[in-house]
Amino acid sequence: MKLRRNPAGIEAGDRPLLASASRSSAQTDATDDSPVLGGTRDRSALVVNRLTKRFGERTAFSDVSFQVAYGEVFGFLGPNGAGKTTTVRTLGTLIAPTSGSATVAGIPLKPENGVEIRRSISVMPEAPGLYLRQTVAENLDFFAGLYGIQRSGKRIKDALEAVNLSDRAGDLCGGLSKGLRQRVGLARTLLSDPKIMFLDEPTSGLDPVAAREAHDLVNGLRERGVTIFLTTHRLEEAERLCDRVAILNTTLRSIGRPAELREQLFKKRLLVTTLAPLNDPGHLFSSVPAVEGWQSEAPGTYELSVTDPRTAAPGVIRSLVGAGADVLSIGEVQHSLEDVYLELIDEDVEARRQ
Amino acid sequence: MTALDATRIWAVVRKELRDYRRRRSIVVTMSILPCIFLLNPVLTIFLTSASAASSALDNAISISLIFFLIIPVIMPSTLAAYSVVGEREQGTLEPVLTTPIRRQEFILGKAAAVMIPTLALSYTMFGLFLAAVRLFANSVVASALFHQGPILLALFLFTPLLAGWSIVVGMAISVRASETRVAQQLGMLASVPLIGLFLLLAVGVIRPTFLVAILFAVVLLLIDLGASRVVARMFDRERLVTGVRPARP
Repeated sequence: MKLRRNPAGIEAGDRPLLASASRSSAQTDATDDSPVLGGTRDRSALVVNRLTKRFGERTAFSDVSFQVAYGEVFGFLGPNGAGKTTTVRTLGTLIAPTSGSATVAGIPLKPENGVEIRRSISVMPEAPGLYLRQTVAENLDFFAGLYGIQRSGKRIKDALEAVNLSDRAGDLCGGLSKGLRQRVGLARTLLSDPKIMFLDEPTSGLDPVAAREAHDLVNGLRERGVTIFLTTHRLEEAERLCDRVAILNTTLRSIGRPAELREQLFKKRLLVTTLAPLNDPGHLFSSVPAVEGWQSEAPGTYELSVTDPRTAAPGVIRSLVGAGADVLSIGEVQHSLEDVYLELIDEDVEARRQ
Repeated sequence: MTALDATRIWAVVRKELRDYRRRRSIVVTMSILPCIFLLNPVLTIFLTSASAASSALDNAISISLIFFLIIPVIMPSTLAAYSVVGEREQGTLEPVLTTPIRRQEFILGKAAAVMIPTLALSYTMFGLFLAAVRLFANSVVASALFHQGPILLALFLFTPLLAGWSIVVGMAISVRASETRVAQQLGMLASVPLIGLFLLLAVGVIRPTFLVAILFAVVLLLIDLGASRVVARMFDRERLVTGVRPARP
């Protein structure tokens, strides 16, 4: 064995950790139309092909395939025990897959490539795992050393600034609240300037302001082309941040943009409320061509299945007004990512019961 | 051939030494035993009469010096046994294993961090003993001790080899153990074979000749090197993170 000093020659550079971390989340929130797979973002940061991990008789995850583009924020959702953390550990080279293949940052996932892969990624486990008797700066200095970064002062300063912890650099980690420790964990993932970041519940324990700052941070990293693999239970967070999401429940249940998943799972619906119950709603709604069916769950409230809400709504309003109804409101029923998630997971629960 | 990165190894050493400084209990535990071990040889030498027979004097000096061989065997066992399983229990091991550090670098850094205070304390105790004898002991006894030049040199050279044994055995236990307490209790057993050997030396079953010393040093060096490779192989990321032994193809 030979001993060498810092073969990668990594030193704290002048490149800022975040080009646009100060942008507000309103400016940078992911939308369903945000370009992800086009232009310079079309190369794959992660390619996972039929990956399976078993621990003896127990299957952690099975036959999982997906691709994640550079610069994409990819949400990985699923109930407890679904195999999310094991997937992250597998892609992070901590554990070996039972079968299947993957490339991480363009490097095949093989035991001999472990060090090279780990140089290109950073992982923030759910528990930050800090040395409580050491200060924030000492913790970061240790990890900078593990990444082979010499003269890490500037890198540490930038990482702490990115998570708004500059004034706590000298505090012992044992004296920090759970949320602040989480932020130190987040700062740690920034040190190595990774191509891919695996974040497991990064906003767990953060107050709403700190969570918003973490979201801004993720958006800033996305702008820089860093790929974020985000494991979260917060569905509104996934909906807000992620370009695409995958729902895992041992096997991959669904994958796509949040809007695509909604469309796949739910029929388009219009919700109509009137001042008084309609006399003959069946006859009234059947006269509108775009309406496929209807149901009423309360007097004066009607949910219509439609082919296209934009073309159906004017026809429905005309019919209602023509029939002398007083229309209080009409609008498209919006399904959240949570509805998608619950629908898919409920299907699994139901299937297991049967 | 795997190239090891000194920056990463040094990062582990620095972190560990910082941790020792912050944990007073570690420093106190490490220091108490050598202090106790210092008392016996000092008393033995000071209570030996200048008029004692030459063989009795030699015997008293040999027994005194054997205590200084026991210090580097016993002192690092607790720290070495804590090194991996302790990190695992604290939840700090997984973040470390996600970095580019190789297992050999991690093991080497941890071992060096235990070796440094062990050598520092062992040599300090030995130095204090020699100083006390030089300054306060009967001049005949002191002279007899300082005429044991080869034994003193052997003591100086054996200290890192003996500490190395304790460290590699302690780390092997730490890599495999699931609980710190169990690891530390088992770690104490690492010293049993060597203490048995010292007893054989003390009672004269083994005669400490130059050839025996060289043979013992070579065997110990080979065991230390071989065992450190075994420990590196035992260090399995998957088992350490999940607690489940990975299936071999």
